[in-house]
Parts: sequence; structure tokens; C-alpha cells
Amino acid sequence: MSYLDCLLTAFVALRSNLMRSVLTALGIIIGVAAVIAMVAIGAGAEQRVQSVIQNLGTNLLIVVNGSRTSGGRRTGSGTKPSLTEGDALALTKEIEAVQYSGASVGGSGQVVAGNSNWFTVFRGVANDYLDARDWAVETGRGFTPAEQRSAAKVVILGKTVALNLFGDSDPIGQSVRVNRVPFVVAGVFRAKGQSPSGMDQDDVIMMPLSSAKKRVLGGRQVRGDLVGTITVKVRSTEEVADVEEQAKDLLRRRHKIRDGQPDDFYVRNLAEMLEARAESSRIMAILLASVAGVSLIVGGIGIMNIMLVSVTERTSEIGLRMALGARSRDVMAQFVIEAVSLSIIGGLIGVMLGVAGSLLLAHLGEWPMLIDTEAILMAVAFSAAVGIFFGYYPARKAAALDPIIALRHE
Amino acid sequence: MGAPIIETRGLGRDYVVGAQVVHALEGLTVSIDRGEFLAIMGPSGSGKSTCMQLLGCLDTPTAGAYLFDGEDVSLLDRDALAETRNRKIGFVFQSFNLLPRASALGNVELPLMYGRRDRRTRKEMAERALEAVGLGARIHHTPAQLSGGQMQRVAIARALVNDPLLILADEPTGALDSATGQEILALFHRLNGRGITIILVTHDAEVARAARRVLRFRDGHLVGDERIAPVADTAGASA
Ligand SMILES: Nc1ncnc2c1ncn2[C@@H]1O[C@H](COP(=O)(O)OP(=O)(O)OP(=O)(O)O)[C@@H](O)[C@H]1O
Ligand SMILES: [Mg+2]
Repeated sequence: MSYLDCLLTAFVALRSNLMRSVLTALGIIIGVAAVIAMVAIGAGAEQRVQSVIQNLGTNLLIVVNGSRTSGGRRTGSGTKPSLTEGDALALTKEIEAVQYSGASVGGSGQVVAGNSNWFTVFRGVANDYLDARDWAVETGRGFTPAEQRSAAKVVILGKTVALNLFGDSDPIGQSVRVNRVPFVVAGVFRAKGQSPSGMDQDDVIMMPLSSAKKRVLGGRQVRGDLVGTITVKVRSTEEVADVEEQAKDLLRRRHKIRDGQPDDFYVRNLAEMLEARAESSRIMAILLASVAGVSLIVGGIGIMNIMLVSVTERTSEIGLRMALGARSRDVMAQFVIEAVSLSIIGGLIGVMLGVAGSLLLAHLGEWPMLIDTEAILMAVAFSAAVGIFFGYYPARKAAALDPIIALRHE
Repeated sequence: MGAPIIETRGLGRDYVVGAQVVHALEGLTVSIDRGEFLAIMGPSGSGKSTCMQLLGCLDTPTAGAYLFDGEDVSLLDRDALAETRNRKIGFVFQSFNLLPRASALGNVELPLMYGRRDRRTRKEMAERALEAVGLGARIHHTPAQLSGGQMQRVAIARALVNDPLLILADEPTGALDSATGQEILALFHRLNGRGITIILVTHDAEVARAARRVLRFRDGHLVGDERIAPVADTAGASA
């Protein structure tokens, strides 16, 4: 008996009891659909997180000031200034894998140009900071080293700020006032667009680090050569963890922190966050796989149950087929293929429902989702395996029937 | 008449039911030649069906020896028995035993499917067999759309489609009225005329008259073996 004959025979048998076939496959259908939808949504969420981190750069380390302890209460990171411009320079100089290490300070305020005004954030930055974060100047120019040294009154505008203050006219050479201090616009950045978390990255003004400290900011950050954060760009993602250790050592030495004393800074490692995400998504995947496994096994037991009923019901048919020359393996193949067809068709319907369901959820809830072909193939392969596994026993029972007893059966 | 197609020596079949042993057939020694038309008669429970199952290679004896077409059946395994049935033997049953979902054509194609013939040959052979039993116009009908006599014709077409040496029919007219029964018997006659050995099991002396030789059983024993002179003209032979 050829495979095609087996397949056709199986389809005739399944179709002749269509309702029962559908109900039998339902376990597999629901299991597979649920898994596909969950995997799609899980993968979508995962991808969103990844792209947030990716966008910031996986080879960035961000060093921020430590927390101050006042009366036993710690006040949060950045409240106890200790980082200096010297630290930033030392990081580049002494750690080989560091590509850029740029200090910056930040604040927010009202920016006025002519009779337009706009509330935005401004940063005083070393040129290395701009390189580390891939800020590129689109029109005009960047800051010269002389301007960095002399606290020159120049700014580079983010695209959004430029549009809001100057509209269509060219802002280069124009004057703007940041918190009432007059500056000249030296350039406009190329647009970066929205950050994955939905913030407009172009709503920003940058000025030389010294200018921000001396001319705009007041308070603690002004003193000496203290800075807010140091953004470190590492040569490659693989070296990030190494550089993190070296940077901590270096900063502890520079800050003269004795052994046993806590750091007076924090190093944020984006690659590490990524790793943690990946780990939690692996755990999620294992959970999903076990849910899939359980539902498919339950579906498989349903198939076995119906196949056993079917073998009993069709005993005389089996006897007849044997009388006409069916060998044990023909009968075996007929029932296994019937079970496998049931489970594969169930799996395919499940895949379609799962994909449709996740598209619908994505559409209604505006959830990100990612249809994973690997998960689909796995689900179909697994349901085929379930069909073989749970179809085997009923099929063997059918094949072992004695033709004369089977023929007598009514 | 050449070598016998069936030769048994001391053939027996015991059934074990609980602690009891039923001797359904005992010490059957018989020789049947190619081309014979033979009836098996006997009261209910006398072992007719048991005998048929043994002769039809559906079952293996618990005693004695059976040579079918010169081959010792006791040496064949399940698959070899299946193959022998498929290639050399056709079965016709009292209750037709057709697959209800399949068309007449589909039913007749079954033995060819297990004989691993390709689809086109299969269809041609099945159509020819259905034409031979006078159902050329009904090949796409399902059993539910056919009368009892027509269903039995489909079953006969299925039995003869693989060009067997032997057709075994267990009460083939048992579920039919006598006129239809006579038509079926005439059909067997025609097949016998083509050289196929026919063995009929029946209760009915009228039916047995169609045969040229009658074996009588009682309580699992062969009690009579008579040859009947060919009847000049059987009823309905023109059908
Ligand atoms: N599978 C079986 N298990 C146990 N006993 C059986 C089996 N098949 C047949 N028998 C017994 O063997 C004996 C012969 O049965 P068989 O079916 O051959 O009779 P039969 O002559 O065909 O009768 P009928 O005319 O009623 O069909 C009976 O006593 C029956 O009960
Ligand atoms: Mg009987």
C-alpha cells in the first residue's frame, strides 16, 4: 500500500466522522494556537526591549555620581558629585579598549530666540561625549577645542529645537538665550528621531562642557572640574565587562577610596542589562515550551482515546482489509497515518489561529509581536510527533487483530 | 484436471474457550481440483465456516497439513498468508462486507491497492470486474445506493478482480431473495466457466444443486462427499 493510498484512506476515514475528527484535534489546535500567540507576543516584547537597549548602544558604559548619605538616608545616584573631567580623560588614556570617554552635565530651561521660546533640556558636553553617543552635525559645525577651553557661548541645536525656534529659516549664526545667557548657534544636529521609549531625542541643546558649567548652571556641579556623568564607549561589546572592571579600579584609585569602602560612583552597563533580559526571556521560553508540551500531550491523549474507539468500531473493516490482503504493516500504517494527519492538521489549524490571534491582539492592543517561524515549525513537528506517539498503540492493536475474529465482529 | 489446488490431510482446528476445547473441525482429508464448483453443506455449527477460513488462508490449522496451490500453508507467516489471499483467493460473504464510504469502484479496487498496483491499472481492472458482474453503469454508487443483489455483485467483482485461482463464498445468497440468489449463482457459474475454482458454503439444498460436488459436514467431521453430474442447463445461466 503506497503512502498516497494510506493518506487518502486516512482522509476518507477522518472526513466520514468530521465532527469527531474536529473535536479530537481541538486539544492540539488550542495548544498550538496558544503557544504560537504567546511566543509571538513574548518575542515582540523582547524585541522592543532589545531595541531600546540596542539604540542606546550595547558597548556603552555610563558612569554617574554616587549617592550621598545624609543622616543615614541615601539620596539616590548622582547626588554626591565625585566625577571629574580628569576622570573622563584618564579613562580614555589608561584603558586601551575605551574609544571615547566624554563628560557631560545637564539641565533644563527656557530657550528664547527673537520672539519664539521653547522649554527644553540642555547638556554641556565634551566633544568625546558627542562621539560616544553618535551625535553628528548636519549643518554648521561642531565645537572647537578652543571653544571647549574658553567656555565659548556657542550651541548646537537638536532638530526639534531648531524647528520650534526658527521654523524654516537658517538658525546658523543666530542668537539664542539659554536661561537668559546669550549664545550663538554654531550648528544643527542630524535628527535621531524618537527613542524606542517614545522620547524625542532631538529636543535638546548642546554646548561646550565649560560653557554650561560656568555660564548656565549654578550650584554644586559648577565647582572645580566636577561633572555629572561620563559616557564611555568601548571598542567592542565583548570588551564591555572587562572595561567596566578596569574603569571601577581606575576610578577608585583616582578617588582614593580605601579597600572595603564603597564606590562613590555607579557604572551602568547596558550590555549587562541586555544579558539579564536574554536570561529572563530564556526562562520565559522554557515556561512556554512546557505549557506547549502539556497541552500537546493532553491533545495527544485525546487522539489516542479516539483512535482506540475507532479501532474497536472498525474491527470488521480491519478484518475485511486483512482478508483482502492487507498485511499487518498496512493496517498499522493506516491508523498511524490517520492519527498523524489528525494531529498535523490540528497543528496547522492551531498555527493559523495562533497567527490570526496574535495579529488581532497586536492590532487591538497595539502590542508589538513577532511571528517566529521556528516556533511554528517546532509546533507542527511536535504535533506530528504527538500523532505518531499516541497513534502507535491503537495502530498496533489494530494490526495485531486476528482476521477471522475481526471478520466475525459485528 | 492437473494438480489439485487444495489438498488437506487430517486437517483440524480446535478453539480453546476457557477450560474447554471445541473441535470445530477434525481430520479433514480432501482434495479439490482446479476448476471445480463445490458446495459445503451441513447444519449450523458443523464447522463449515471454520473449514472455509482454513481453506482461504485466513486461519492456520491446529492439526494436519494443508497444501494450497502446492504450497504448505503452515509454513507461511502472517504477511505471506495475506499475500496469498491477495493474489490467489477471492472472498464473498453473506453480509457483503463492503466499505460503506467507498464507491463500488473503490471497494473493488481494495485488493489491488494491497497488491500494490498503480492507480491506472487499478481503475481499469476494477471497471472490467464491475462490467463482468453487470454493474458497469453503477461504478460510482456507494453501497447505500445499491440493492442487496447489486451489493453482492460488487463483492463478487472485488473477489474476482485480482484474477484469483479460488473464490470462497460463505452463504453468498443467505441475505438475498431466491430470484436474486439464482442470479448470483449464475454469476458464479460463469466465473467457474472461466476456470476459477468456486467453493460455496450454504444451508440451502437448492443452492447446493448449482455445484458439481457437495461436501457434507456434521460436528466438525466430513460425512459426505458426492459428485453431481453436470446439469444440462442451470436456472438463470443466461444472466
Ligand atoms: N472463534 C471461535 N472461538 C471459539 N469457538 C468457535 C470460534 N469459531 C467457531 N467456533 C465454534 O466452532 C464450531 C464451528 O463453527 P462454524 O462457524 O465453523 O460453524 P458453521 O458450520 O459455519 O455454522 P453456521 O452455519 O451457523 O455458520 C461452532 O461450535 C462454533 O461455536
Ligand atoms: Mg458459518
